[in-house]
Amino acid sequence: MTVASLWLLSALALGLQSATLAAAPSLKASLKSLRSVGPEGLGNEPAKSAWRRVASIEASSLPLVLESMDGANDYALNWLRSAVDAVAQKATVSGRPLPVETLHRFLRDRTHHPRARRLAFELIRSVQPEMARSLLPEFLDDPAPELRRDAVQQRCDAAEAKVALDKAIAIVEYRKALAFAREADQLDSIAKKLKELGSPVNLSRTFGWVTAWKLIGPFDNTTGVGFSRPYPPETSLDLSSEFEGKTGRIKWAPYETTDDYGMVNFNAPLGTLKGVVGYAAAEFWSKSARPVQIRLGSQNGWKVWVNGKPTFGRDEYHRASEIDQYRMPVMLVPGRNFILVKCLQNEQTEDWAAEWQFQLRVTDEQGTPLLSSQ
Amino acid sequence: MITRFYSSNKALQIALFCLMLTRLATSLIAEDWLGFRGSRGDGVATDPAVPHRLDSQSILWSVDLPGRGLSSPVIVGDRLFVTASSGARLDRLHVICFNVSDGSLRWERQFWATGRTMTHEKISPAAPTPVSDGKTLFALFSSNDCLALDLEGNLLWFRGLGRDYVNASNSLGMSSSLVFAAGILVTQVENDSESFTLGLDAQTGLNRWKLDRPKRANWTSPTVYRERSGQVRVLLQSFQGVTAVDPFSGRILWNYSEGASTVPSATWSDGRLYLPSNGLTVLELSPDGSVPQQIWRSTQLRPGTPSPVVFGGRVYSLNDGGILTCGDGSDGKRLWQLRIKGPFSATPISAGGRLYCVNEAGLVQVVDPSQNEGTVTSELALGQTVIGTPSISTGSLFVRSDGRLWRIGTPSTR
Repeated sequence: MTVASLWLLSALALGLQSATLAAAPSLKASLKSLRSVGPEGLGNEPAKSAWRRVASIEASSLPLVLESMDGANDYALNWLRSAVDAVAQKATVSGRPLPVETLHRFLRDRTHHPRARRLAFELIRSVQPEMARSLLPEFLDDPAPELRRDAVQQRCDAAEAKVALDKAIAIVEYRKALAFAREADQLDSIAKKLKELGSPVNLSRTFGWVTAWKLIGPFDNTTGVGFSRPYPPETSLDLSSEFEGKTGRIKWAPYETTDDYGMVNFNAPLGTLKGVVGYAAAEFWSKSARPVQIRLGSQNGWKVWVNGKPTFGRDEYHRASEIDQYRMPVMLVPGRNFILVKCLQNEQTEDWAAEWQFQLRVTDEQGTPLLSSQ
Repeated sequence: MITRFYSSNKALQIALFCLMLTRLATSLIAEDWLGFRGSRGDGVATDPAVPHRLDSQSILWSVDLPGRGLSSPVIVGDRLFVTASSGARLDRLHVICFNVSDGSLRWERQFWATGRTMTHEKISPAAPTPVSDGKTLFALFSSNDCLALDLEGNLLWFRGLGRDYVNASNSLGMSSSLVFAAGILVTQVENDSESFTLGLDAQTGLNRWKLDRPKRANWTSPTVYRERSGQVRVLLQSFQGVTAVDPFSGRILWNYSEGASTVPSATWSDGRLYLPSNGLTVLELSPDGSVPQQIWRSTQLRPGTPSPVVFGGRVYSLNDGGILTCGDGSDGKRLWQLRIKGPFSATPISAGGRLYCVNEAGLVQVVDPSQNEGTVTSELALGQTVIGTPSISTGSLFVRSDGRLWRIGTPSTR
């Protein structure tokens, strides 16, 4: 190699280095553009060119993109996530390595966005599956739902492997898995497994349903008028009051659900009615002011208020229901909180349209059930 | 040196010219399949090379998919696009691009659903079929996340319609496919609660117009047609009937108010609309583009979940149980019925005068309808549940299940 060619190589290397350094502010600006997108397509146009710039970075810079997901809104997360896909794919095709060590550091820092950390995990898993598997036990109490879910599943798999060998150990392992599980289907399947093994759990308490309610009804919902009509319980939550209902004078009555899945069934105390509205009220005591989620499942129309403030409502009837179907973030006050549910039944006459019920629990953001402190 | 460069450059030019000719020839032979029921939205391919006799050798390739789905594959040249959803809550939304020739992966992009992903267990968020204008792929999911990618997988825009309009969802899942007309992406988001149809600017994804729509769950897809004046129009079907819309402005042109199904979609063929309404109702557009005239109506030709197929002067309706009914397209007279192996969710598609019907068990049945009665001439069992409507291009049938994608054709076209 001649001196001239060495000089040329050095110059090229310097040029590349300075290009990388010069790219940093450009990447920062592009990430800012992607983070600026919002509802109704806001920011889509500048994001288009910014996306191309981010998608063209070297894989070594991927952690910067993941970091930019911290605090990003759901629209921005998708712009950022798909750019990560493009960068990672380019690296895979060209045989360039992913920055596994940096990704691992990023993954272990639980202050980062749960979805970004999950993505870091999947990038590691794509090149070092064994390493990814060995990391899973760390995530049993992780705030990232998918990481936690996989760790719980790993624990369940281990428990299942023990069933034939030592049932008592399997039960202990399943109970540990149950303690860390947060997603409804995992809670349910582990509880069923424990029941099979002769060690049943209190399913209602495991899910943390709100079970003690006071109910009142029926008010009128003929032709769906009840959804937007504010009946007296919406304006004054005096549980000793009597009102004129659809069929006469009505008053609040206590109701305790013993259903494993926390169903509050209006048909039980009020009869199988059509075109009606019922209300359910519960006290929920909290030791401190704190953010929580109200999680509701129902295939009836419904509205929910917490401490008199509306959270959400929906006028869909008899399509389907599941646990945690709707998740509403609310702030509890210290002491007594009032939860009010309006549950509406329409006038469909099919057998499958008889249900007039809902289930509700209070959880933290990860789905940890919270029980009333009194 | 200069001469040699010139020679090699000339050789390169000749090679490029030959390549161009080859590509041109390929593009003339291969028919793109740009959306639900193909580029014309009628489920009829002009490609005659799809084999009539199927056996295990007919599977040219098959690949695993990363998630569930029932959207149809969309094919542009040598690229096949398909959507899927994965994860415990099916909130991971995938858009995948494969090479048509060998099924190899070109690229994949993932998104996180911003809207609700709950669906009936039979379906999943990857239910609506994407659409393409040949340059861009537009994808929609049951979560009402809608996005545009160029053919290389570069993201052009993203809309979280389930987040923008928080009560726009269906707890059984949404399945209306996208249609592209006059530079507008017509996005039907019709359900029991916050029900509307949007005209999105295909370049930016921004709303061009928004129409309030009947508050009733609706799984049908819009139909695109061209008036005699050359104007492209879009038909929105609902339980109330059909509304014709100017896709550019969102202006309502006319309404047909005699009710229509909310599951099988209407089919536009040769100036007539075959509408699942009171059985099957055929409407002919008036020359001035105003309210169409009813030509005939038949309760005997009522379709099930699959949409009607029209070709060769005949209309074919398939019910969920597997009764295939053939009617005369001119007057709706029932010509014959054939029991094939059901149950069915997928709409049959047609090529070379045959009907390709894929049942929920993944059994592909080829029906020759040319005789006095239809005949099943061939079967191929794919062994997996198939809910989505197949696609046709490059002399092949493309079928997807929740976990796999197959190319079915003649081995010589591999």
